[in-house]
Amino acid sequence: MGKLTKVARWIDYRLPFFSFIDHELRAYPTPKNLNYWWNFGSLAGITLVVMILSGIFLAMHYEPNTKHAFDSVEYIMRNVNYGWFLRYLHANGATMFFIVVYIHMFRGLYYGSYKAPRELLWILGVVILLLMMATAFMGYVLPWGQMSYWGATVITNLFSVFPFGESIVEWLWGGFSVDNPTLNRFFALHYLFPFLIVGVVVLHLIALHQHGSNNPLGIERKEPRDSIPFHPYYTVKDLFGLGIFALVWSYFIFFNPNFFGEPDNYIPANPLVTPPHIVPEWYFLPFYAILRSIPNKLLGVVAMFSAVFVLFFLPWLDTSKVRSAIFRPLYKWFFWGFVVDCFILGCVGAHSPDYIYTSLGGLSNQTLGQITTLLYFAFFFIALPLLGRYEKTKPLPHSLSEPVLSKHTKIKITTLFIFLFWGSLSPLYGTDAAPLPHESWSFQGPTGTFDRTELQHGFQIYKQVCSACHGLKQLRFRDLAALGFNSEEIKALAAEYKVETIDDEGNVIEKPALPTDVISGPYKNEEAARAANNGALPPDLSLITKAREGGANYVYALLTGYETVPPQDVHLAEGMHYNPFFPGGQIAMIPPLSEGLVTYSDGSQPSLNQMAKDVVTFLSWAAEPELEERKRMGYRVLIYFLVFTILMGFVMKQVWSKVKP
Amino acid sequence: MTEETLISPSPSKKEPTRRDFLILTASAVGAGGAAYFAWPFIDSMNPAADVLAQSTVDVDLSPILLGQAITVVWRGKPIFVRRRTPEEIKAAEQVPLSELIDPETDQARVKKGHDEWLIVVGICTHLGCIPTGNKPTQNRGKYGGWACPCHGSLYDTSGRVRRGPAPLNLAIPPYTFLNPSHIRIGVEEISHG
Repeated sequence: MGKLTKVARWIDYRLPFFSFIDHELRAYPTPKNLNYWWNFGSLAGITLVVMILSGIFLAMHYEPNTKHAFDSVEYIMRNVNYGWFLRYLHANGATMFFIVVYIHMFRGLYYGSYKAPRELLWILGVVILLLMMATAFMGYVLPWGQMSYWGATVITNLFSVFPFGESIVEWLWGGFSVDNPTLNRFFALHYLFPFLIVGVVVLHLIALHQHGSNNPLGIERKEPRDSIPFHPYYTVKDLFGLGIFALVWSYFIFFNPNFFGEPDNYIPANPLVTPPHIVPEWYFLPFYAILRSIPNKLLGVVAMFSAVFVLFFLPWLDTSKVRSAIFRPLYKWFFWGFVVDCFILGCVGAHSPDYIYTSLGGLSNQTLGQITTLLYFAFFFIALPLLGRYEKTKPLPHSLSEPVLSKHTKIKITTLFIFLFWGSLSPLYGTDAAPLPHESWSFQGPTGTFDRTELQHGFQIYKQVCSACHGLKQLRFRDLAALGFNSEEIKALAAEYKVETIDDEGNVIEKPALPTDVISGPYKNEEAARAANNGALPPDLSLITKAREGGANYVYALLTGYETVPPQDVHLAEGMHYNPFFPGGQIAMIPPLSEGLVTYSDGSQPSLNQMAKDVVTFLSWAAEPELEERKRMGYRVLIYFLVFTILMGFVMKQVWSKVKP
Repeated sequence: MTEETLISPSPSKKEPTRRDFLILTASAVGAGGAAYFAWPFIDSMNPAADVLAQSTVDVDLSPILLGQAITVVWRGKPIFVRRRTPEEIKAAEQVPLSELIDPETDQARVKKGHDEWLIVVGICTHLGCIPTGNKPTQNRGKYGGWACPCHGSLYDTSGRVRRGPAPLNLAIPPYTFLNPSHIRIGVEEISHG
């Protein structure tokens, strides 16, 4: 403080800003033995800030209106500078936030961080979790895809089990179904809640600084040498952790941005059709599994809410006086069992209720869900109270400086656990969907780029074949410049299409489209499209490879998988065609590709497989025109954070070299 | 305030340079990263690709009669396209530059060989109101050009400011003649290639 300038001193005398920073962020005495599990609190704080920042910038372009919401998200992805980055940062950020917060909570559970005098600290944390869940849910509704819409419908309907439930749900909706008023209020609240979270985080930190952090040994600090100042020891350790965290987050943003997403959410919301397999985001899966495993509406909802609210009572359910699991030989196993149980619940939630685990002796998903739900609550209501009474704990050390476990044993235990853990879960993996043949694509993998020839050929096929029924309304003609067309060629292409406009006298007239117009489909509206196609609606193809499970492989399989003679047990409806890759096997689209249908500019006539490959490559580009830029930027970001992490690692080594264990 | 805490991170006397160097490098890398991270956020507020793409507009001049003017929208701004009468051109050309607030010849404000056509951004250079006078029925002020309703600035038949408070003449947008009856606003020259 002696170095403060006169101005700072003047301010500090009136508003103790600098003293506060110095006291709470620099000198703040912290246990010297915190391990890396203690990094996740600061990571959660940083994630919150990044989420608020990216959210504010996304809100500048997003339109909370049912007619425009879906398209405005695509507008952000395609037209706003770095819009795809902001959106993927934000969407994957939600996942990262929950990963970090769940680890943070499991750490608290393992080391007994919720025990006296830190009960309120824990309870405030649970409040943050609840607010996060509400915020994440409402945020997921905003893109207004199929999952958004049906997620909103299902979650709001949970409230119908309460007294006056109907009225509550209609009040939540602002109507008689999820509609524009719902979307509007969800947007307003999605913007508000993060700031409520910030408020509770401040309280959480005040409560934390009252008694300081718990530590792996779970004993209070007794002597001054047990503590070290927060800065630089933990600031640099947190920065090192941030580097690793940023590497993981960046990987998903730049190289696997839709890993945690659902293809169905790239289909615009349709209030009349529920997707066949609806699932919440992964961070709600365990709670969703609890809801589903109880075959009674009221009890299921009560059980699901209880699964979260039970956390409020954790400080009193756990009757043991010893905090850290290191000294609780039995609790330790119950804890890991509970972690595994939560993961299994997650898997149960991800599969459909009728799913059968053949590798587990024909165990049904419903039964597994019921067992694991029972175990979930047994942990809180049976194991925790009884363990405190009957468990024989190990003697506690006298100070933080007394070594308890050698590092070597710790590592062994962790490794053993990880192997056991993944081993135990392996039968739960696997999807419900039929396998697809895998094609090799020019754009796949971390370094793949679109093959320009395939793109141009693919566009030619789209134009000569697909465009008879399908539009590409998220694309504009000028976007075709990425395929290698020059501005004159694009202008000529656009001019082949007609757009409606109004002349000086108010008449609707048609004029040639401009490069800035969208590549619309041949039909004026959905009714016209259905009337022309035997009642079926040819979907817009802009996002088709993102909107179908299996992506490019699925579209390729569909285009090449028609069978002229259906299997004997299949009775084709009038005007339908048999295609085993289409859900249900019956598709209205006639086999669109056949040999000799197009001639490429080099005079060659492509085979059917080559045509399918070209057009799927083109459609993959149409769905992800940012793919190449994204990967390029991704490499720069990964290299940067690698350097950042290594540097912080060195600084940390230097700084910590003075601290004695 | 006590200056040193218990185990202070004071630099060891043996190798202060190595430690300083490390911390300095780490800080520089951190600061550079923060700036790099900030850029996508800042850039996202710039005009988006579709806004930039719509930065030219073609205007058909043939329906505009002598003495009339039309307003077209270019980049969200009103553009006045006026077909001047010989008298108006003459009046604009004859004003001595010394009488002007923002001296500029009439020839400098039209394309060579297209004296008839005056194309200006219809936004008063004072505080952004739209002057009246584009329609013959509206007040054109005593200089025969445009009159701003907000603070009384007057413009002549060359779009030059003749009475304040506006400090500058009406701006000339970039435009080019595609042929004698068509202009494209937004580009100074058409590239053929």
